[in-house]
Amino acid sequence: MILNRDLVIIGAGPSGLCAAKMAAEAGQKVLLIDRNPQLGGQLIKQTHMFFGSEKQYAKTRGFDIAKKLIDDVKKYPDLVEIWDNSTVVGLYSDKVLTVLTGETYRKVQAKAIIVATGASEKVLAFENNDLPGIYGAGAVQTLMNVYGVKPGEKIVMVGSGNIGLIVSYQLMQAGVKVLAVIEAAKVIGGYKVHASKLRRLGVDIITSCTIKKAIGKDKVEKIVTVRLNEKWEEIPGTEKEYEVDAVCIAVGLSPLTNLLAMIGCELKYVGELGGLVPVLSKDYETTIEGVYACGDASGIEEASSAMVEGYITGLVAAKKLGKVHPQYDELMVDLRKQLDILRSGPFGEKIRKGLAKLEGVKEVC
Amino acid sequence: MLNQYGYPSPEQVKSKFPSLEILVKPKAIVECYEKIPCNPCSTSCPFKAITIGEDINNTPVVDFDKCTGCGICVYSCPGLAITVCEVLEDKVRFKIPYEFLPIPKQGELWHAVNRKGEVIGEAYIEKVTLTPRQDKTQLVQVLVDKELLYEFVTIRSQDYE
Amino acid sequence: MMRIKEHPILDFSKERKIISFTFNGQEVYGYEGDTIASALSALGVKEFSVSIKHKRPRGFYCAIGNCSSCHMIVDGVPNVKTCITLLKEGMKVETQTNKGELYDLK
Repeated sequence: MILNRDLVIIGAGPSGLCAAKMAAEAGQKVLLIDRNPQLGGQLIKQTHMFFGSEKQYAKTRGFDIAKKLIDDVKKYPDLVEIWDNSTVVGLYSDKVLTVLTGETYRKVQAKAIIVATGASEKVLAFENNDLPGIYGAGAVQTLMNVYGVKPGEKIVMVGSGNIGLIVSYQLMQAGVKVLAVIEAAKVIGGYKVHASKLRRLGVDIITSCTIKKAIGKDKVEKIVTVRLNEKWEEIPGTEKEYEVDAVCIAVGLSPLTNLLAMIGCELKYVGELGGLVPVLSKDYETTIEGVYACGDASGIEEASSAMVEGYITGLVAAKKLGKVHPQYDELMVDLRKQLDILRSGPFGEKIRKGLAKLEGVKEVC
Repeated sequence: MLNQYGYPSPEQVKSKFPSLEILVKPKAIVECYEKIPCNPCSTSCPFKAITIGEDINNTPVVDFDKCTGCGICVYSCPGLAITVCEVLEDKVRFKIPYEFLPIPKQGELWHAVNRKGEVIGEAYIEKVTLTPRQDKTQLVQVLVDKELLYEFVTIRSQDYE
Repeated sequence: MMRIKEHPILDFSKERKIISFTFNGQEVYGYEGDTIASALSALGVKEFSVSIKHKRPRGFYCAIGNCSSCHMIVDGVPNVKTCITLLKEGMKVETQTNKGELYDLK
C-alpha cells in the first residue's frame, strides 16, 4: 500500500524546518520526516548565541532557535504532518520514498521532495583513530548539551574551525578540561572571537600541529601530537604526549548526500563545499525535476544560511505544486539578499568559490 | 598574532580604547577585529552608538559621544567580545560578560586574567547582574588596579586548578 | 559518574524517571530521555562494539546515526544505532561482535 503526499521534506533541522514553515505559510501541505527523536537537527545542542543578523536569529542561543522554528511549523497542524524517529531508507527517481519508523515500513509517493539531510563529521586518519573515547566534536556537544553527560575529564580538541573552537568552550563550561586545541594549518580556522574566549580560559591553541597517534588498550589514554612544516610534513623530534581520556575530532563536515545519490541526480565533487554536492539550479532544484536540496546537504555553510536556503526552497517547491505565497516576490528578493550579505565577507570566500565551481563559472574577483 | 594564537596584539587592543579623558565615563570597548557576518551589538544598542551598516560583515565602530556604557552590548555580542570600561582615580571599573560556574558574588576577590589567560592581579567583584533579557550571560562589574587597563579582560575563580 | 549536575547555560536539575535495563547481563540504569548510548556513556562504558575482523574495541563517534560505530544488539536485534535509539525500560543491550545475525520478527 502506498501513501500519497504532495511535498515531502526529509530532515527537520534548521533548513528543513524553515522550508516546511514557508511552504505551510503558502498553504501547501507538507510531510516532514526526521530520523531523530527530537526535531531541530544540530541546533538542539548549540548553547552559544548565534551570529548573522536579526533575521537569522542572531544573539539567540541555538537551542532556542530550534524551539522557535519548531513552534513556527507547529502553528500549521492541519498542513504539516510530522514523522519523527523515522528514517528514509530509500529514495527513488519516481519520487517514491520508503520510510522506517521503528518496525513499521511505509512507502510514500511524493509530488515534490526537499532533501535537507544536513551533514556528518569527517574522520581523520591517524594510528589507533578507532579507539573508544575518540569522538567527533559534534558528538561531544550532543552528549553534553542534550543528554547532560560529560565525555571525559581531560580532552584535546583536533581542529580549530568554528566547531572545534565552540565545542572547546562548551566543554570548559561543562567542567571538562580542554588541554589544547591543535590545528594543522598555520592559522586558526574559525572566528577569532571564539579563539579569544578560549585563550582567556588558559586553553592553548597550537597551529601547525596535528595528532600523530592515539594510545590506549580498550580506550584512549594518551595522544601524541607532532608539529608540521610549511609542506604539511611532520617535523621529527617535535612529538608531544598528552594524557587524555577523550579526544574530539573537528576537522570539517561532509554533506549527507546518500539519498540524492540513490535517486540518481547529478552530484559533483567540490572541496570548498565539503565534498560531493548536488548540482542545483538557482532555485535549489536538482537535476531531477521536483527534487530539491538545501542546507548543509547542498554544501557546508552556517546555520544562518541553511535557514535562509530553507525558506527559499520551501517557497519554490510550494509554488511548483500550485501554492504561491502571497508575498512570494518580495520574500525571494529579501532572502537572496540576506544570503549575499552572509556570504560577502572574508569567511564567505570559500563558499563563493565553491558555488562558482559548481556552476562551472570561473571566479571573477 | 590573532590569527595564529587567538589573542590580539597590544596595538590592536589599544586601538579599541578611546582616550583616558573619554574613559572617565563608562564606554564600550568592542574587541571585534575580524570581518564576520554579525550585527547584534549594533541592533541592541538603545543609543545607536554602534554602527555596522547594511553589510553586516563590517567591523563595528563606536561613537563614544553617544555611548553611555550601559552594557547591553556586552551580553548581546555572540562572541563575548565587548566590555565596558571606566577609569577611576586609582582603579579601573570593567563590566564583563561571564558564562561559567561558580557565579561570582558581590564582595568576592577573584583573579584578574589577561587575553593570554595569565593571572595578572586581583579583581574585586562590585556587582553581578542577571536579568532574563541577558539570557544566562552574567554581567559582572569588577574593579582592578589602574595599571591593568589594557591587560585585563576577564576573571577566574581563585579555586580554579 | 559522568552526569552533569550544574551548568551555566542549561538546566539539568529536572527530576527524571529512572529506567533500568541490562548491559551484557548486568543490571544498570539510565534516565528517561536518554538514548542507549548516552546512558552507557554516563555509566563510563566506552566500548560499545568490537570490530568484525580484528576485534578492536569501538566506541561511538558521531552520535547522530551516521557512522555505525555504536551498533549494538538490543533485545536480540543486531545493528541497532544506539546513539539515536531512546532507552526503554527492561531493554536487553549487548555488545555486538559480528555483522549481526538474522533474527525472527515475532
